This record gives sequence, structure tokens and C-alpha cells, in this order.
Amino acid sequence: MNNGGGKRINGGTEEDDDEDDVNGDLDAWERTYTDERSWESLQEDESGLLRPIDNKALYHSQYRRRLRSLSSIATAARIQKGLIRYLYVVIDLSRAASEMDFRPSRIAVIAKHVEAFIREFFDQNPLSQVGLVTIKDGVAYCLTDLGGSPESHIKALMNKLECSGDSSLQNALDLIDGYLNQIPSYGHREVLILYSALSTCDPGDIMETIQKCKKSKIRCSVIGLAAEMFICKHLCQETGGIYTVALDESHFKELILEHAPPPPAIAEFAIANLIKMGFPQRAAEGSMSICSCHKEAKVGAGYTCPRCKARVCELPTECCICGLTLVSSPHLARSYHHLFPIAPFDEVPPSHLNDPNNKLQRNCFGCQQSLLNPGNKPGLFVVCPNCKRRFCLDCDIYIHESLHNCPGCESFRHSKPVISNEE
Amino acid sequence: MASAPSKLYADDVSLVVVLLDTNPFFWSSSSLSFLQFLSHVLSFLNSILTLNQLNQVVVIATGYNSCDYIFDSSLDLKRSLENGRMPVMCSSLLQKLEEFSFKDEQLSKEEPEGRIKCSLLSGSLSMALCYIQRVFRSGALHPHPRILCLQGSPDGPEQYVAIMNAIFSAQRSVVPIDSCYMGAQNSAFLQQASYITGGVHHKPQNLDGLFQYLMTIFAADLHSRSFLHLPKPVGVDFRASCFCHKNTIDMGYICSVCLSIFCKHHKKCSTCGSVFGQAQSEAASASDKKRKTPET
Ligand SMILES: [Zn+2]
Ligand SMILES: [Zn+2]
Ligand SMILES: [Zn+2]
Ligand SMILES: [Zn+2]
Ligand SMILES: [Zn+2]
Ligand SMILES: [Zn+2]
Repeated sequence: MNNGGGKRINGGTEEDDDEDDVNGDLDAWERTYTDERSWESLQEDESGLLRPIDNKALYHSQYRRRLRSLSSIATAARIQKGLIRYLYVVIDLSRAASEMDFRPSRIAVIAKHVEAFIREFFDQNPLSQVGLVTIKDGVAYCLTDLGGSPESHIKALMNKLECSGDSSLQNALDLIDGYLNQIPSYGHREVLILYSALSTCDPGDIMETIQKCKKSKIRCSVIGLAAEMFICKHLCQETGGIYTVALDESHFKELILEHAPPPPAIAEFAIANLIKMGFPQRAAEGSMSICSCHKEAKVGAGYTCPRCKARVCELPTECCICGLTLVSSPHLARSYHHLFPIAPFDEVPPSHLNDPNNKLQRNCFGCQQSLLNPGNKPGLFVVCPNCKRRFCLDCDIYIHESLHNCPGCESFRHSKPVISNEE
Repeated sequence: MASAPSKLYADDVSLVVVLLDTNPFFWSSSSLSFLQFLSHVLSFLNSILTLNQLNQVVVIATGYNSCDYIFDSSLDLKRSLENGRMPVMCSSLLQKLEEFSFKDEQLSKEEPEGRIKCSLLSGSLSMALCYIQRVFRSGALHPHPRILCLQGSPDGPEQYVAIMNAIFSAQRSVVPIDSCYMGAQNSAFLQQASYITGGVHHKPQNLDGLFQYLMTIFAADLHSRSFLHLPKPVGVDFRASCFCHKNTIDMGYICSVCLSIFCKHHKKCSTCGSVFGQAQSEAASASDKKRKTPET
């Protein structure tokens, strides 16, 4: 840390500078509270130096609580997740959306978070599709058709952000109902409405439209930006969606991102199905061929349909020659850790480490870190229930939250978790 | 790492975690013997350590029955040429490797014939990533980590999910996975690993020149790499493994609920338990659609 003369105007600034590393994301006023009684979080090490108390054990116990609650949900029933979703995002561009109670305006905030939402949505729901609908001057427009490319939706949205006129829920729902009736039966139909107005200006009876959506098994959710409205609440209740009203920008962000993970599938909403798909190979960089989608000669990497060997430019898509659905297999694989979660590791009291009868594994199996605390005192560690390997607390968290593999189980041939072989 | 946390790590300091395939089933059938292979690799590792004083090399053996760390240059305090002939590094690595191979062989039990004799790449990859996370935790200043797989064994389709998990975790922490594949058929796993994580994949044409390939392609640090003209991928094999027989397939059926991959039609998903209702009609409509276009 470079404390130049300029920064030393008063002592407080200097302290803040040092804090930056630890509490980088806290505001200045929050820091004063976290600093309270800060001397209590210091301890003396062997050489008499002061060092901060190890918060590891605390973090770890928090993490374990989270993990336990997650795994209890997962084991209660192998929850079926509706992973192929067809979602229309409806953006209210009526007069109310230009109001400035959100900074700089409601619509600017909506646009910003819809962009983040769309990216997150495709990350969590491979093979799903999104379409955008806007309501303006009492009329609903389809901004983008259902599609799997986040960029095209975001681009289209950013060009169309002027607000005017009234809003109409019925027109939007009627429009979407027409589109969603064409999708395959295994897909989940969903609508997410970002509603700024406090009224709806409809040409007919909206109750009929709501019943129609219910019959088409379209799950409608609404995030309000103003205040709660009966008709929105009714719509969500009838169709099984969620109705929330945002208090401020960060709350809005939270609410919209809650719609990104797949909702638990309700068996009657979509019929499980086997879909035939191909996993094309990516051609060499710089190779030349005629693509079947644009009917153009193209230089550069494309993908080859495994059934008819036609070249396509992008995935996922449907082969225009043989009709096979083509996907990139890594895209599917992103969600597999949900299917084969690894068992939580068992916590072991440190005394076991000194037990001479125990097989001597004094280093973490994953990262080779010593499991002994400084001063050769045994520390807390965890054991995988399958392979009995020992891991440090940091690896425990990394393994369960990011890696989703147990290095011990993976590096022993006969203890592999058997993925059921039944037909 | 613990020895000198105050070291100044510039952007050209590397941590290379090398995953060494020691699968005896592969090396007994390879044109390059394992000993020749080792001499190429040892020279290469020595070169990396001499390229920069602060460079660090960790070697993990990818065995047939197990995986283990066999070398860590940060633990090797005297990194010097002792008694002229063999650097300390080589002797300690070779000794650990011998112990490892012996233990790995001891673990061998009779295997059902006909299975692919793969090595446990998913295990060594997972260990390497854990090690790299520890380096990330060690402070704001650390060498730039990358993984280099020196693999010869064929892909083990039963490791598909685990390897994909490891690849995505590496991608999230921006750790490139480089791969040099020495087997006969190219490895779909390693092609995907390098492609997704932004690493380099190469399959040397002539294994006698392995050291040259390693030096020219894989020795440069990540910063210098951006100035090099590295071999472009000759395509990426995106095939997947089916969950039912662990076969590598380029076409298959996917459960619409959980996205499990199967090589043939099933009545029920073995992963999520969904019963496939209208599967027949769906398949029929798809083939109808296919036929319609050319006929009408
Ligand atoms: Zn094209
Ligand atoms: Zn085709
Ligand atoms: Zn560890
Ligand atoms: Zn394990
Ligand atoms: Zn199969
Ligand atoms: Zn399934």
C-alpha cells in the first residue's frame, strides 16, 4: 500500500486505505460499524505478532448450514426441474415507465436488469428460449421472437426504449397466448411481466383472457414497479406464477433474478419427453464450406450435422436439411451437477488427526495444504463419506460450490459413484 | 508459497500444473516408451523452472487406479544441480513416480474385459483445480496458474460428467487447460477442455520430437502467449457420453426434464424418474416433418 504524502491529510484516511483490502465492498459508514471492537478479532501467534483471528471456522459453519439445507431439499425428492423453458418477457413501455422514482428512470433500470436477467437465464437454462414483448400506447408488440441467442434480444431491446400511452395487460396476454400455443408439449410456457402502470386499458374482458392462459398452462408472473394491483395478483394466482412488487432498484434486481433458475416442474404443466438431438463437431478454424442456414460460402469454424453432414453456423439450431435438433453438448453439461450432487463431507474433530491408528493423511487430499494448524496443532477438517479422503475446509467449500467433483472419489477406480445402469 | 509471500510476481510468472498420464496400458502400446517420454518431460519442466526464477511446477500423476501429487517445486528448497549429473528435482520426481506406479499397480484388480483402458483424468484435473484454488487464496499476488495435460490414454466415457464439471469450474476461475495428446485417436474431452477454457490443444505428429512441441507450444507464459502464433484447433469434437451405457455418441435422446443423454429410446428416465409419455408420437412427428419437406 502506497501511502503518499497527499493521502496523509488526516489519520482516518490512512486507516481507510488499509481497510480497503478487507472491506472493499462496504460503504464508508458501514465500515465504522464493522470496526467496532475490532481489537477483539486479533490474536497473538507463536512469535508474538498480532494477527486477525481465523474466521475460517465461522465461514465454514455458515457454509455447512447452507449445504445441509440444500441437500435436504435435493434428497427429499429428486425434484424435477423444468429445464426447457419458453419464456416471454413483457416490458411495459407505457407513460408510467418513464417515471423517475427509480434512478434515472424506471425504464432505464428495467432495461439494465433485463439484460443481466437474459444472460443469467440462458446460463441456467440451456435449450430454453426467450422472446420479448412490449406494451405501448395500449398495444402489445412482439419485439423479438422466441430464440436462444441473448445478444439479439438485448440489441433489440436497447433500440426500443421510448415510453408513451397506456398499458394493456389483455393485449399482451392475448398476443403471447397465440405464440406459446405453438411450442412443443415438453416445454414450459412462462410469461414474466415487468409492469410499471397502475391500470390496464383493455378492449374486452381480461378475466376471460386469464382463464385462457390458465387453460394453455402458461405460468404468468408479474413484477410491479409501482404498487400492488388486484388484477396482477389474480393473474399470478390463477396461473401459478409469482407476484412481487419492487421497493427499489436492488430489490428489483433480486426479484427479476429469482426467475432465472428453473422453477420446479409441475408434472401436468409439461409432458416429459425424449427429444432426439445431435452433437455436431466444430470444424477447423479457417476451413471453408457452404453453410446450409444462410446458403453462403463461409470461411471459419462452423458445425457439422452428425446425421446429414450439412454445415450450420451456430448452435443451438435445427438442421435445415434433416430437421435434427443440434446442440452443443457442453451447453447441456452445465446443468449436470444438479443431477449428480456430491454428498456433503463429514466434519471430523481435530483430535482424530493425532490418533496413531489412523491412516496418516496429514495433508488435504485436494490441495496438499497441511491439515495441522500453525504450531502443529491439529485443525478442523472434513472427510468424504465415500472415499474417506480428508480435505481442508477451503477445499470443502470449493468442491461443493464450484467443482462439483470429489477429487478423492474421482481418483480411485473402484469407488466411483455408480450412475444407475438400469434401462 | 509460504516461504516468501512478499515475492513480486510479474505477469509472466507461471504456475504450471502438469498432469502426467502414467497408465501402463497406454504406454505399453505406444511407439514412444514411457522412459523416453519422461526424459522429454523432465527437460521441459526444467526449462520452465529456468525460464523464470519464480516459476512453479507441480506434477500430478494420472494413473490407472489412482492419482497423486508427485512433485511440487515450491517444496523443493534447493533447486540446484547437485553432483553434476541429475538435478535434485528429477531425482525426487522419479523417486515419487516410482512409488506411485508401484502403489497404482497394487490397486489393480481384475477388470471386466473390453472396457476402455482409460486413466483417471477427472481425478487429477479435480486435484489440480483444488491446488490452484489454494494458490488463489494465498493472496493477491500469485503466479498465473495453468494446467497442462500430457495424456495418451483414450477418454473414459464414464468420467464425462466429472470432466465437464472440472472444465466449467476451470472456466469460471479463468484457468486455461492446455493439452498435449499422444494417443492414436484424438481426445474429445481434452479438445473440449482446451476449447472451453481458452487453452491450447495439440496432437503432435511425431512423438520423437515431443520436447520441441512442448517447448514451442506450451512453455511460454500466458502473457507472452498472446504474441505467439500457436497451432489453431483442427476442429473440436463435441461428442457426449450417454448416461446409460457410457458410450461416446454424436446423436442421442435427451430427457426434456433433466437433460440426461441416452443413446436409445427408454420408457423412463433413469436420472430423474420421468416417464416419457408421448414419445412415440413426438418421434413420429419429427420424422414426418423430415419427410414432408423433400416430397411436397
Ligand atoms: Zn449460415
Ligand atoms: Zn442434418
Ligand atoms: Zn485443501
Ligand atoms: Zn470422495
Ligand atoms: Zn447408452
Ligand atoms: Zn430425466
